[in-house]
Amino acid sequence: MQSKVSSVQKPAVPVFKGFEWRNYIVYFAFVGVFIYFSISLFDEGFLTSGNLLNIVRQTATISLMALAMTFVISTGEIDLSVGSIAALSSLVGALALQAGYGIIGGLIGGVGTGLLVGLINGLLVTKIAIPSFLVTLGTMGAIKGLAMWVTATAPVPIVDANFNFIFGSGDIGPIPVLLLWTVIFTVIAHVLLRKTSFGRQVLATGGNESAARFSGVKTMKIKLYVFLGTGMMAGLAGLLYAGRMNSGRFSFGEGDELSVIAAVILGGTSLFGGVGTIIGTIVGSLMIGTINNGLIIMGLDVSQQMIIKGIIIILAVAFGKKAMKR
Amino acid sequence: MEQPILEMKKISKAFNGITVLDNVDFSVKKGEVHALMGGNGAGKSTLMKILTGVYTADSGDILIEGKPVNIRNYEEAQQNNISMIFQEFSLIPTLTVAQNIYLTREKKTSIGLLDDQDCEKKTEKLLEELGVDIKPDDIVQNLGVGYWQMTEIAKALSQKAKILIMDEPTSSLTKTETEVLFSFINKLKAKGYSIIYISHRMDEIFEICDRITILRDGRYITTETCSDTDLDKVIQHIVGMEFDQAFEWKERPYATDVPPIFEVKNLNAGKVRNINLTIQPGEIVGIAGLMGSGRTELLRSLFGIDHIDSGEILVNGQQKKIKEPRNAIDAGLALIPEDRRMQGLVLEHSVKDNLILPILSKLKKGTFTDNKKANEVSKELVQKLNIKTDNIFKQARLLSGGNQQKIVLAKWLANDPTVLMLDEPTIGVDIGAKTEIVEIIRAMAESGKAVLVVSSELPELLALSDRVIVMHDGSIKKEMQRREIKTEEELQYAIQGF
Repeated sequence: MQSKVSSVQKPAVPVFKGFEWRNYIVYFAFVGVFIYFSISLFDEGFLTSGNLLNIVRQTATISLMALAMTFVISTGEIDLSVGSIAALSSLVGALALQAGYGIIGGLIGGVGTGLLVGLINGLLVTKIAIPSFLVTLGTMGAIKGLAMWVTATAPVPIVDANFNFIFGSGDIGPIPVLLLWTVIFTVIAHVLLRKTSFGRQVLATGGNESAARFSGVKTMKIKLYVFLGTGMMAGLAGLLYAGRMNSGRFSFGEGDELSVIAAVILGGTSLFGGVGTIIGTIVGSLMIGTINNGLIIMGLDVSQQMIIKGIIIILAVAFGKKAMKR
Repeated sequence: MEQPILEMKKISKAFNGITVLDNVDFSVKKGEVHALMGGNGAGKSTLMKILTGVYTADSGDILIEGKPVNIRNYEEAQQNNISMIFQEFSLIPTLTVAQNIYLTREKKTSIGLLDDQDCEKKTEKLLEELGVDIKPDDIVQNLGVGYWQMTEIAKALSQKAKILIMDEPTSSLTKTETEVLFSFINKLKAKGYSIIYISHRMDEIFEICDRITILRDGRYITTETCSDTDLDKVIQHIVGMEFDQAFEWKERPYATDVPPIFEVKNLNAGKVRNINLTIQPGEIVGIAGLMGSGRTELLRSLFGIDHIDSGEILVNGQQKKIKEPRNAIDAGLALIPEDRRMQGLVLEHSVKDNLILPILSKLKKGTFTDNKKANEVSKELVQKLNIKTDNIFKQARLLSGGNQQKIVLAKWLANDPTVLMLDEPTIGVDIGAKTEIVEIIRAMAESGKAVLVVSSELPELLALSDRVIVMHDGSIKKEMQRREIKTEEELQYAIQGF
């Protein structure tokens, strides 16, 4: 940021501070992590195109949910129920397919389930004014329970090869369909946040809710929409889990809220609302995927991965806190 | 005669049977800066809230350019080209200047996306026209407070505002920022905009305003042309002739031959600079000053809420280190904050629970709280301070403002502080309770404590204080013995810095 000389003291932003470290930290971190694994796990085949495409496949579900979560966090709210929604949606989608409703039926079932839960979350937050943390903590448990209950914890196999292709293991030429899903929704989310009045109003709501209301933003409506967004995307993520694993299962998405929130915060979206970035989110998500992948190749198990992810979230927020002090 | 752009005629408003505005007339010409003045409770803000549609008048008419209008909410005020310039709270700090100005009114491209370039171009033109030296893509939170206000004004003008209301616009500005704002206001004036300027600072008003309308106790007193009047007349009109009997000052004896009970030496804390202060046991010291003069900040730093940069604080001759409120409480200090609902009370808790909160450790019986003793102490305090409540188990939020304030006072009384600091102790309290609170504060001083009171209500300050210090820009500008002050006007002069 170059400051022009003027008669009155300009904003006190020295030249060096103008480069906001925090906004770019995720890119440096991603490159750092990538180089580290490339060298240390070279012999284990980290850098092969097969493994890299694998990272993309494994990350797609997190990425889609993180895109929607960026909007929620930008309004200053949070949605902890995404993982549970993904689980229930994978089952509803699989059951719809099993009952012969076809791919469209499965899609409507899965995404519809997500939208319904998102609607419940949104209405509880906006109409009854319960903090979103508590609302979604509640629905996280309730929806998970529901997912376990529908089939008495039994998985539902999916035999429809087309479904499994479109929502999971398919490749178009060298490109995995899951990569396409990710790219398409990243572009949509980016345009939505940066280039539409909806996105602007999301950021305004999170930046200063009462000021936004005074400027004519219907903040309650905006909040309802962002929860519908995470519901819908978590529902779609559930279908992607189902397509990749050829089944619906209550355990899908377990602990995903942690990865999703970490991806968004790492990406540079402010947990206090008002600042959001889709590109940052997607890089954050890829970084989490890369770390997961690297740790698996290194031979660490799920529990150790969870420890590392938890630490990453705390570090990310700690780094962000200084910059966010107003 | 020229048609006024705004006329408010015979406006009356009452809340719960108490008249706040009584047949008030107010009119503003095109291209003038019109000051609205009056003491606290004179009805300025109620009148402006009626103009911006926050309240509706019980009777009276509002005319814009001679045509009667109906203003029922803020949107309708804006449709009538009236805009309130808020201090800093109506901008989104994380968005850019242009994004803020055109929020929800952005131009769209042919495919429905935001046309930010158009928005920035329009903003640039607007800012250039107004001569404001900021860029459309500056993020608001990186700008100084003065620029926030100008962004707000630019936003109002982009919404076709012709009448701007500014309420104490300079209270958070530095001197240079104030100068910039004033030259900006003059430019607006030259362009034919009208500005209603609310402030307590006479020097500013005489510098920037064309006319002054004065209200007192909800009644219209007079409208004067600035060039034809002077400070004397204006202060007289604001203060009025009658002096409130309830607030009569009584000269009280206190020990002057003993060492001071409370001393502050060379205190610096943020904007508070170089404060030296001594208080004798039993003495009440009043702090007067304009909004933003550092009165509240001084109390906050003494109580360990704001960080102290340097200086010494002595209680009973002993130096005390105060880094957080706990240290201050242990040193024998008590602060009764301005916003009692936020900072002084746990509203959801009972009267009793509030009363015993600071003295829990003194009410212990083994590990547990001695409930019987707690009840006794609470009942005693309720009686002593005449707190009107059915019983001590009633929730504090169900009590009136005056009784809530008495709970806050009682809370600290129970803790038996050495130094009692009060920030606007009677704000939002009815007149009956006001007199009682004044009595309670006097009684506390009688018992040998040091009392430090901040108040914007001069009659109250004059009734209470044995000595008055006047603050300005964070430091003490003047110190007066109470008996030297003959009239409220004299104190007004000192506060205005003359």
